[in-house]
Amino acid sequence: MDWSFMLAHVPDYLAGAWVTLRFGLYGILCSLAVGLLCCLARFFRVPVLRQIAGGYIELARNTPLLVQLFFLYAGLPRVGIRFSAETCAVIGLTFLGGAYMAEAFRSGLEAVDRAQIEAGACLGLTRTQNIRYVIFPQALATAVPALFANVIFLIKETSVFSVLAMMDLMNVADTLRTSGGRTVEVLCMLIAAYLLILLPVSVIATRVERRLRYAGFGDQHSV
Amino acid sequence: MAEPILRVREIHKSFDSTGVLRGVSLDIQEGEVIVIVGPSGCGKSTLLRCINGLETVDSGEIWLRGEKISGRTRDLYRVRQKIGMVFQSYDLFPHMKVMDNLLLGPTKALGRPRQEVEAEALRMLERVGLREKAYALPRTLSGGQKQRVALVRAMLMQPDILLLDEITAALDPEMVSEVLNVVIDLARGGMTMAIVTHEMRFAEAVADRVLFLEDGHVVEEGTPEVFFHHPQTERAQQFLRSFTYASKRDKGEEQPKNNAGD
Ligand SMILES: Nc1ncnc2c1ncn2[C@@H]1O[C@H](COP(=O)(O)OP(=O)(O)OP(=O)(O)O)[C@@H](O)[C@H]1O
Ligand SMILES: [Mg+2]
Repeated sequence: MDWSFMLAHVPDYLAGAWVTLRFGLYGILCSLAVGLLCCLARFFRVPVLRQIAGGYIELARNTPLLVQLFFLYAGLPRVGIRFSAETCAVIGLTFLGGAYMAEAFRSGLEAVDRAQIEAGACLGLTRTQNIRYVIFPQALATAVPALFANVIFLIKETSVFSVLAMMDLMNVADTLRTSGGRTVEVLCMLIAAYLLILLPVSVIATRVERRLRYAGFGDQHSV
Repeated sequence: MAEPILRVREIHKSFDSTGVLRGVSLDIQEGEVIVIVGPSGCGKSTLLRCINGLETVDSGEIWLRGEKISGRTRDLYRVRQKIGMVFQSYDLFPHMKVMDNLLLGPTKALGRPRQEVEAEALRMLERVGLREKAYALPRTLSGGQKQRVALVRAMLMQPDILLLDEITAALDPEMVSEVLNVVIDLARGGMTMAIVTHEMRFAEAVADRVLFLEDGHVVEEGTPEVFFHHPQTERAQQFLRSFTYASKRDKGEEQPKNNAGD
């Protein structure tokens, strides 16, 4: 291992990590919003929107992100729609992530006990109040593991950004490898960089999940 | 007689073309406690659920304080604000402390000020012996405690009528009376109630009137004295017999003579 080579290129990796994290985060936040909207459209059975959401979810989940990005970056300009690489990255990640987040929210909503929904209704809550105070908090608690799994999945998917010529972690490593040739060092650093980003997310996920369990969910197991 | 608080007229309800309620009518006067009994599957829960709109009736009408409440779809929540309901599974919201469970309806649905309701909630918890659990999470309570909280939660809405559906069916036997005593206390306080229960001694103690439901009909209706001690119909007699056991000493000669394993 050439340690001085590795040390010398730490700043490159930091810059790459910044790109990965920043656009990953934008994409994840937008995914959460899109996922929530799709899920609510289906939950409230909003006509038209509900069918659109269903079609979108199937389309997004059954095509590779790489193909989606090519479509945005190379396909759309042919019909006169042109986005910057960064915008394409965020839109692409949101397109993919929104579908996965919608499914995670849905699994949470479906897990809410029917009796809980009826109990809320019996208190004279409107449907919106019932969702806000009774249903959604419980759905969220159930959905948290799936939501975190999606966050980790989406951060990993950002490695595809390199096809947009964005200098994310993947592209930094690739550039170094093809110019300098120290493949082993370059790839070890790449793996270490992803680990340093994703391990803390996993740890936080585990903590949050445990906290929610202790906060009184899974009530039915303790009579 | 005064105008009844609740008036149910000839309601019918089927699930998948099986008639569950087949023309049920009943009136409940202000302050009256009626107990609905009958064999499992006869439609007791369905009747209560139709009253507060959790199920829609196929035909017939339901009136609350002179206002027709059946057949509505839009502002059902307004009706439910005046009808309290407690189920056998308590259904406290697991993510909220006891106090937040109690405040949710009065503050959000009725828009009452939080402090005022909180003081009232504490008084009612005191009355049911749960003052010290006010800020506990539901999962830390026993079944009997949860059910008492559920009763307080329904009562804090100051409903016109309270519907109770087998509220002790899921409880261990030793917790049944702590819950039923709260109900008796409410009845003494003049609360109008429709109660479905399999606890016959409680039914006798709390009821002003008993309705015996079978096959979707009210088969017999009367005071607890008459219903429990001199039931008029053959079917009610049969039903009540199912709560008693023949003593093994009654008919000794019918006991099997050869015990297994001798
Ligand atoms: N949502 C539903 N869909 C289909 N059938 C139903 C539904 N709810 C109730 N039923 C049926 O209607 C009949 C009456 O049910 P209901 O729960 O009202 O009886 P019950 O008198 O409360 O019985 P129990 O004493 O066992 O609680 C039963 O045969 C039941 O299977
Ligand atoms: Mg029932």
